[in-house]
Amino acid sequence: MSRFLKKLYVVLIVIFMYAPIAVMIVQSFNQSKSRGHWTGFTLEWYISLFSDESIMAALRNTLTIALLSSLIATAISLLACLAIRQMTKNTRTVVMGITNIPMLNADIVTGISMMLLFLSMGIKFGYGSILIAHITFNIPYVILNIMPRLNSLDNSCFEAARDLGASPVYAFFHVVLPDLMPGVMSGMLMAFTMSIDDFIITHFTKGAGVDTLSTKIYTEVRKGIKPEMYALSTLIFGAILILLLLLNFTKNGSRKKNKTGTNAPSIFEIAP
Amino acid sequence: MGERVKEMKKTLSIIITVIIAVAAITACGSSDKTAESTTGSSDNQLYVYNWGEYIDPEVITMFEEETGINVVYDEYETNEIMYPKVAAGASRYDCICPSDYMIRKMIQNDLLQPLDWSRLPNATANIGKTYMEQSETFDPGNKYSIPYCWGTVGILYNTTMVDEPVDSWNILWDPKYKDNILMQDSVRDAFMIPLIMNGDSVNTTDPDELNDALLKLEEQKPLVQAYVIDEVRDKMISGESALGVIFSGEALYTAEENENLDYAIPKEGTNVWIDSWVIPKNAEHVDNAYTFLNYLARAEIAKMNFDYIYYPTPNTAAWELLDDDMKYNSIAFPDLTQYDNLQTYTYLGEDMDKTYDNLWIKLKSY
Amino acid sequence: MIRTKKIRNLFATPYLSWAIIFIIVPLVMVIWYGFTDSDGALTFANIASIARPEFMKSLGLSLLLSLISTVLCLIIAYPLCMILTEKKAGKAGVVILLFILPMWMNTLLRTMAWQTILEKTGILNTFLNFIHLPSIYIINKPQAIIIGMVYNFLPYMVLPLYTALSRIDDNVINAARDLGANKFQTFLHVTLPLSIPGIISGITMVFIPALTTFVLSQMLGGNKILLIGNIIEQEFTQAYDWHLGSGLSIILMVFIIINMVVEAAFDKSDEQ
Repeated sequence: MSRFLKKLYVVLIVIFMYAPIAVMIVQSFNQSKSRGHWTGFTLEWYISLFSDESIMAALRNTLTIALLSSLIATAISLLACLAIRQMTKNTRTVVMGITNIPMLNADIVTGISMMLLFLSMGIKFGYGSILIAHITFNIPYVILNIMPRLNSLDNSCFEAARDLGASPVYAFFHVVLPDLMPGVMSGMLMAFTMSIDDFIITHFTKGAGVDTLSTKIYTEVRKGIKPEMYALSTLIFGAILILLLLLNFTKNGSRKKNKTGTNAPSIFEIAP
Repeated sequence: MGERVKEMKKTLSIIITVIIAVAAITACGSSDKTAESTTGSSDNQLYVYNWGEYIDPEVITMFEEETGINVVYDEYETNEIMYPKVAAGASRYDCICPSDYMIRKMIQNDLLQPLDWSRLPNATANIGKTYMEQSETFDPGNKYSIPYCWGTVGILYNTTMVDEPVDSWNILWDPKYKDNILMQDSVRDAFMIPLIMNGDSVNTTDPDELNDALLKLEEQKPLVQAYVIDEVRDKMISGESALGVIFSGEALYTAEENENLDYAIPKEGTNVWIDSWVIPKNAEHVDNAYTFLNYLARAEIAKMNFDYIYYPTPNTAAWELLDDDMKYNSIAFPDLTQYDNLQTYTYLGEDMDKTYDNLWIKLKSY
Repeated sequence: MIRTKKIRNLFATPYLSWAIIFIIVPLVMVIWYGFTDSDGALTFANIASIARPEFMKSLGLSLLLSLISTVLCLIIAYPLCMILTEKKAGKAGVVILLFILPMWMNTLLRTMAWQTILEKTGILNTFLNFIHLPSIYIINKPQAIIIGMVYNFLPYMVLPLYTALSRIDDNVINAARDLGANKFQTFLHVTLPLSIPGIISGITMVFIPALTTFVLSQMLGGNKILLIGNIIEQEFTQAYDWHLGSGLSIILMVFIIINMVVEAAFDKSDEQ
């Protein structure tokens, strides 16, 4: 009996989580533009989606900004983590404190603070300003993913490689980095996700003519959503679903039981 | 360890491949004329900032094809949202379409550049004299603006949901229509209604009169379904609401989509407005701006635009091209002499703006 | 790994200079704007403005809604996580996957879909009318905003809570049971205390975004409900009063700092 209740509980919550998504998917096939009235099945929104210049541009911007900002943030963070490891305790506390600020601060405060900064520096708002803002809030996520990994790393392999004559750079890339990879990957992935979904910070730092998906949707919502948006979301949903399934199956190969003897799924390592 | 590395590399390459694939698809789907505005000023571009749903997209496409200029088109919902973006200078637009009182504010704050009318022959020829004269109330000498659209504010109502005659603003305070009333999410348009109902000027600076207006709006708030702008169209069309305050252009559009919708100008009076094109001082593509504005003033283009957005056009040459029943349509081209108490907004100054903002916040947090 | 201070400082420079320019300076600017008026003179008026009745009302409402949402998230998430920890890792992984998937979809669109569901002529009411039940009108009311908040932030409560609960060693639970504790006692004295870091983490990740949101109140509140986030956003994008907006942001940051301190305090006690 209680097993049934438990299952029911989980199912209800999953329904709650997916109700809006189901609505969007259904709406993407709805012939009628107005919501809530089904007038017939159609694929026309999917077709017109690809010829809608502004949506495609927004999608392109979103993807490139997410990719670039997470890559650059990862590069900066990797160097930073290596340095932080060597810092004295007090310095490290201060630096980690600063690192935490964008994560703990409300998006709206981060957004307006960057807007004020850019205006006072005379930077013209556009793709660049958005990119800088995204890198800024991505870095903490990457650092916080790499640091634990780096801290638990055994230095002896690196030292051994050095003793055997490898240069520090070589030793780093061939000994340390592979060990760090899970942390780097999960950090980058988290940064990528944060960047793709960001609205508030982009809202305050964007310029004329540059939209990301989020800001485009925001303007569309005020006017009456174009069904092409629903089609796009359905496609993204399908793509992410496939990706996550793929990732889950490739990770299944080398999942280890963690130290406490429980078996927290490794899918966690890529949780946004 | 090698296993993990391989696994990581595999997943990484899957992800990157997918992203590149998507980016490639989206790049193929578009022409190579998209705006990437990191520099912006060197290319043959034009940055336009206009109201939402306020131009026929076909007009822009045709303009781009004819002139080779790439139009970057941004939209705003209210004058109050447009102003900070322009004033702060973060985004440099080449032509903007503010409303009458906002143009006055921008002139006074030295944000606009004077127009060289010799570069706008179509406008000089085609825009009606009455509208040019009307514009002098906020733009003396017509130095800075070209009229684009004009119109009234009124009540759109669903005849299947409203069975009484709609001729007064009072109906928006009728408890019978609780949750069935849509108001404009724009401070001056919202306050205009109680001010007119109370017999005051929509440009009053009297704190008592403004407070009375606020009280009336607070009284109404529980009955209001939502404060919206462009969303009002969809909501009225789908029957989500029975009554809505809208601009005259939207009336024709929505009536076409839902034949049960009708438009009325209340007897107490209402706001008459003009939206005009201006060129900001910090515009970077002034030549292209003139080309664009002159293009819009062409009779056939203005008519094409009207056919799409349905907002009354001040372009008399375009008006000539319309069918008779549209020419004399009481919603599209009302005979203004028939109505009493039609008022236009003026700019009330910085302090008054702040007062209005405060009142607006008071209402919203009520 | 890094042997010399010089190299450590070299590695740290990109991050530190980035952090100073794009994290510290912007925040300083917000503080500066908050304490000055348009003539540049020092003033407390902006901060003191929070005492205005309409601002207090709005702040109060924001606090109320975010607290309710946080508590709801906790109440919903805790049983869910407990159920999940009982499952085998594979199955739990699937459910977690189901949870993460929506997070990758655009927040704005999913919230928009709730509008479609909750509208007067929306899906929920269409369904209710179909089975001859009366319509529910919660759109454009605080209730709708709470639903939006819980919907958006539930995963942020579930993930840390699940991590914390799954880390609890089965052996500890078994030991307690062996010593004679019944299920309820075990929960109260073993599970609950051990899960506190997860609870705190979850609360931190839900409360602040809920408190400072403006998008949710716009979309689900019909622009009738003004939260503190809306006021701040309006001061910057409409009223063009950066000083007032910054002043209010500083007030918000007080809450954020309180949140941070509480979390840090629990972290410390957890270590001990």
